[in-house]
Amino acid sequence: MTHEHLAHGDSHHHESPQHHSIKNGFLPWVKGWLFTTNHKDIGTLYLMLSLLMLFYGGGMALLIRLQLFQPGAHFFDPNFYNVLVTVHGLVMVFGVIMPAFVGLANWMVPMMIGAPDMALPRLNNWSFWILPFAFTLLTISLFIPGGGPNFGWTMYAPLSTLYGPPSTDYLIVAIHLMGISSVLGAINIIATITNLRAPGMNWMKMPLFVWAWFITAFLLIGAMPVLAGVVTMVLFDRHFGTTFFNAAGGGDPVMYQHLFWFFGHPEVYIMILPAFGIISEVIPTFARKRLFGYEFMVGAVAAIAILSYVVWGHHMFTAGMAVGTQLYFMYITMLIAVPTGIKVFNWVGTMWRGSMTFETPMLFAIAFVILFSIGGFSGLMLAIVPADYQYQDTYFVVAHFHYVLVAGALLSIFCAVYYWLPKWTGRYYNETLGKWHFWLTLIGINLTFFPMHFLGLAGMPRRITDYALQYAEFNAVCTIGAFLLGFSQLLFLYNLMTTIFGKGKKANDRVWEGSHGLEWTLSSPPPYHSFNTPPNMATLEGEMDHKFEKVLDHH
Amino acid sequence: MPEKKPHRKIFIIGGVVATLMFGFCFAMVPLYSMICKATGINTSVPSSELVTKTPVDANMKADLSREVTVQFVTVNNMGLPWDFYPQVKSVRVHPGENVKVFFHAKNATEKDMTVQAIPSMTPTESLSHFHKIECFCFTQQALKAGESKEMPLIFNVDKALPKNIGVITLAYTLFDSTPKVTKEVKKG
Repeated sequence: MTHEHLAHGDSHHHESPQHHSIKNGFLPWVKGWLFTTNHKDIGTLYLMLSLLMLFYGGGMALLIRLQLFQPGAHFFDPNFYNVLVTVHGLVMVFGVIMPAFVGLANWMVPMMIGAPDMALPRLNNWSFWILPFAFTLLTISLFIPGGGPNFGWTMYAPLSTLYGPPSTDYLIVAIHLMGISSVLGAINIIATITNLRAPGMNWMKMPLFVWAWFITAFLLIGAMPVLAGVVTMVLFDRHFGTTFFNAAGGGDPVMYQHLFWFFGHPEVYIMILPAFGIISEVIPTFARKRLFGYEFMVGAVAAIAILSYVVWGHHMFTAGMAVGTQLYFMYITMLIAVPTGIKVFNWVGTMWRGSMTFETPMLFAIAFVILFSIGGFSGLMLAIVPADYQYQDTYFVVAHFHYVLVAGALLSIFCAVYYWLPKWTGRYYNETLGKWHFWLTLIGINLTFFPMHFLGLAGMPRRITDYALQYAEFNAVCTIGAFLLGFSQLLFLYNLMTTIFGKGKKANDRVWEGSHGLEWTLSSPPPYHSFNTPPNMATLEGEMDHKFEKVLDHH
Repeated sequence: MPEKKPHRKIFIIGGVVATLMFGFCFAMVPLYSMICKATGINTSVPSSELVTKTPVDANMKADLSREVTVQFVTVNNMGLPWDFYPQVKSVRVHPGENVKVFFHAKNATEKDMTVQAIPSMTPTESLSHFHKIECFCFTQQALKAGESKEMPLIFNVDKALPKNIGVITLAYTLFDSTPKVTKEVKKG
């Protein structure tokens, strides 16, 4: 559909490889993208998959909201509604947020540390091309007799074991594939950052996006195999007569929850730490100030990552837990507010007395700081054990995690795309359309998810296909907001595609007035193989000195 | 091009860590019950040992000054087709006195079955003060097809029971433990 446009884009970068244009033949185009080992190509593939999945999972979200627009079961039978909720969650987590961050890492990490490519390029190709198969399997599962997976993205036993439909097995294999992909991707990122930093790029000179991804990669290696393990146990319980999660055979369904959330909580930080990195890149650029408190920003990310492994119990306060254990999980969860607070404080500190301008990426970054903080506060409320007994499994929880994942992770991805798109394509996106996209998205998010707080406090349970009459008004508002949010993403799609295919003002190397870092010393678009010779030491020092304000600077 | 060795090292370390974390899941199976039993963190771990079977002092006089209500609840796990219910829904007992109640069980299926009743109790503070002298839950119960049985439970509540506890609920979940199940697994 966009083949003609693709040809337009090609005329600008002369050194582009064959497969960047379909004009050079369809087969070379397919083969080129299929076998590419270039970090930029693979980054683009990840981001494109994520974009596709955004509309896939977003479409499901709109169907969910359509059903909930008015009380009464209108459109879908309850089982299909449950399937929608399950697959929406899985697609958004594993298909949108995670691939988008991995794509950004692929594009930016080598350019930011002055490397020619990722450390393990062929592994990189493999990590990506596993994913389309995983999501094809997930989609096939919707059409298996007995219906798609219908137990929520958390796949709790015994819903997924004794009561799971046959399609559950497809989902399990899909999750295995996603797990393999993420772990390989994470190993690659660690190897790249450890081994391929340009001379002079020592650990405490690394940009925060690189730091955030370095730490996230460790979370991925530690957490994803646990998910793979626990779904394997579900598979065993389903088919091989084991009773890991079946009390009748001496197992315990609560152990499923412990194992799942031992993965699940690091997972939520996998989905937010790269966002912290992006925001830490964008705010200094448009505040035209160095990032405040660099060491503390790095330390805070590390502290959050370590804490994320020891707080999983706060997802299960009502599942049967001794009082002492509940108290431990409550206090340790609240402790996470300290490093997170440091981050928010330092972002605000960076903006303080800066010469700020409000281009689209900056607008998204500021919205991220504010809305993510709201999501953080509702998280603190949920961490309070007695309050959680009230909020558990209500729309308050739904509001909370959509504030951190949509207003947090997704906004940061938009922010990153607008910020680096001129670097990637050599052209500016349409600023007016970008601002329209921002404001409509901002209004859409708040209209959709803010009323859910009140619905939850009023007692509306999650995962229901119909609800009591007193919740009707707020649900109608949520649905209107959701459609506004959903359709305003078409603006983003249009703006993105026209920029990729050659519309828009040409960008210089620097792109933004206040941008600093190695990626901005390359041409826009960057050469297919960047930093074949390491960057000049003096350039590197200069860029990094303009990037951060170090508290413990000895120079 | 950069040297290949350090990449391989990181790949191997990363792979080993990932494999260990995968194995960690399965290691949790024995660890989980050990931790739960040792610490009592998870009160839902099925264990009749949680209900102490200490011998009762014969000379102990009942505390007639107060009465505690003991309620009995029965559940059939996974729709087990048995009739299983207590003959009395609740009894009022003086702490210190021995009480005997019966539970009715009938194998409503057409095949011989063996079952195991697993108790649980609320409030958890009463666990250490509730003593079972004889209980059908101590052993597996085998009933022929269509057979029924009155199963006894003799218990007492000791006098040290905290004063603020007025109601104790004892719930039994009946699990199918017919050996046939395991045979099928072996075949498969």
